[in-house]
Amino acid sequence: MLKFAYILLPLLFVSPLTALGDETPAASPTPTVTALDAEGAADQVVDADADGKGIFSPNVIDLVYLIAAVMFIRGIKGLTHPRTAVRGNLLAAVGMLVAVVVTLGSGGLSPWAIIAGLVVGGGYGAYKAVKVEMTEMPEMVALFNGFGGVASVFVAGAAMIYEPATLPGSIATAASGLIGAVTLTGSLIAYAKLQGIKWVPDGAIVPAQKLVNAVLLVAAIALAWWLAQSAGTSSGYVAYWLIVIVASLLGILLTTPIGGADMPVVIALLNSYSGLAACATGFVISNSVLIIAGSLVGASGIILCQIMCKAMNRSLWNVAFGTMGPSADTPDADEVYKTVKSSSPEEVAILFDSAQKAVIVPGYGMAVSQAQHAVRDLANLLESRGCRVDFAVHPVAGRMPGHMNVLLAEANIDYDRLREMDDINPELEQYDVALVIGANDVVNPVARTDPNSPIAGMPIIDVDKCRTVVIVKRSLSPGFAGIPNPLFAAENALMMFGDGKKAILELIAAIKEG
Amino acid sequence: MTLITGITIFVLAIFIGFEIITKVPPTLHTPLMSGSNAISGITLVGAVLAAGHPTWQTQLLGFLAVMFATINVIGGYMVTHRMLSMFKRK
Repeated sequence: MLKFAYILLPLLFVSPLTALGDETPAASPTPTVTALDAEGAADQVVDADADGKGIFSPNVIDLVYLIAAVMFIRGIKGLTHPRTAVRGNLLAAVGMLVAVVVTLGSGGLSPWAIIAGLVVGGGYGAYKAVKVEMTEMPEMVALFNGFGGVASVFVAGAAMIYEPATLPGSIATAASGLIGAVTLTGSLIAYAKLQGIKWVPDGAIVPAQKLVNAVLLVAAIALAWWLAQSAGTSSGYVAYWLIVIVASLLGILLTTPIGGADMPVVIALLNSYSGLAACATGFVISNSVLIIAGSLVGASGIILCQIMCKAMNRSLWNVAFGTMGPSADTPDADEVYKTVKSSSPEEVAILFDSAQKAVIVPGYGMAVSQAQHAVRDLANLLESRGCRVDFAVHPVAGRMPGHMNVLLAEANIDYDRLREMDDINPELEQYDVALVIGANDVVNPVARTDPNSPIAGMPIIDVDKCRTVVIVKRSLSPGFAGIPNPLFAAENALMMFGDGKKAILELIAAIKEG
Repeated sequence: MTLITGITIFVLAIFIGFEIITKVPPTLHTPLMSGSNAISGITLVGAVLAAGHPTWQTQLLGFLAVMFATINVIGGYMVTHRMLSMFKRK
């Protein structure tokens, strides 16, 4: 129920503000007015309303925007700990409601388009939020990044019609159109790739794609210059919508070459862009709360992007424009996998019987086979038999930052048991068993040993240092990096081939029997 | 608001953003992203002003903007809430 309570909460302190706003026009007539004058004054007040003066004075509105901005900042601060995170999110939501309510009260607004938009958008948003599976969070965030971008495109486009044309305003308008449209189409492509929609191509789709991208960017900048020259005239509108079209193409061309496992970086980057688009729109309509909130989101996306890139030991440039794949001297898979030992659930159950400490390393494969609940049951079973179970999560495991953590939290796993890579790596020698589920490149020791490999220098979870490593995997097929993983053939490694969920359930049954 | 005031606010807000967001633990990075989806829905404020402007062009563009921004705001906060409620300690 709390979910709905926080939507209503701010109305409590909006009502005194409403009263305060109402007093302002009433106080203006002087006390010595005659009856006739008073009538005139009353007319004036009505006229003023029709002219667009609302129930809140501009100063009150700006102050409330400041309060909303503080609530966003405090809200994000709440996200620094799981204990305070729920409250933080509610605070940010209240901040948003306050900002919107005070805007609605700014007066002179014809309500129907607003109400229609709120109803349609609110309905769809709430539906999506309730229905979405936790495994589909990357898709939802990707889609919403795009919606944020397109909203900025439309706001800047509309503001051109009624905001006075200035040079800074025109530059901001062009920036909104450019960033917003790139965010929209880039996000739609990212969404389609995450959904596994087949017709979305991988790799370059036009010859000399990087050159085409550069040409499109130059064209957008030239159009921005034209827009600045012709602001306030109809060719200004033409320039703006041409920017939007060019940027839409650019968004598509920039995103299609980027592969599936790089999606965490792309989504984080587009998240940042959606914030920057809002920020640019804030400059268009001279609105401080848009600038502040947009900057916060922009900073957030960039930071996540940096974290993801660092966790892959690649630069953002390399993710965006580089190619990833096996180098010429990649060792032959058959050679590497000569000594692979395949194992049965019964055999692995015996391992767990004598284990004191176990670590589970989830990867994207766990999400694909929806194995998180089975993994939880396994962890509980082991704990009940006196084996401590921790989870080691690589920053780029899954298809978005923190994806694995959400899936494990959904399955009711204590967040204290979710350990970060840097935190758990030095202790891994003390673990008896490591269970790797649907992860490959993030546990490939080649990253440490072979300076020529495509993943050289990438920080990995050092499961090979545990006494025994069990790898649950469908087959020996390579991960995104396209290279064989010598861990699978290591002396202390056992492969358990099969679907993640099925294999874990079989393992649970075997432990219970044994 | 002058351009310089706007830029001042922008730069300071970026610094605040960097300060607080680097402290968000990796466990909460997904809720951080869906929460930022919601916050980037702040465009709704501009969208409302556009949709309320009495010409059909601004109302059409404004309606679309209000719709998309509201999806972000409502969907973003609700799904973040749903997710954060799952993070428990036994």
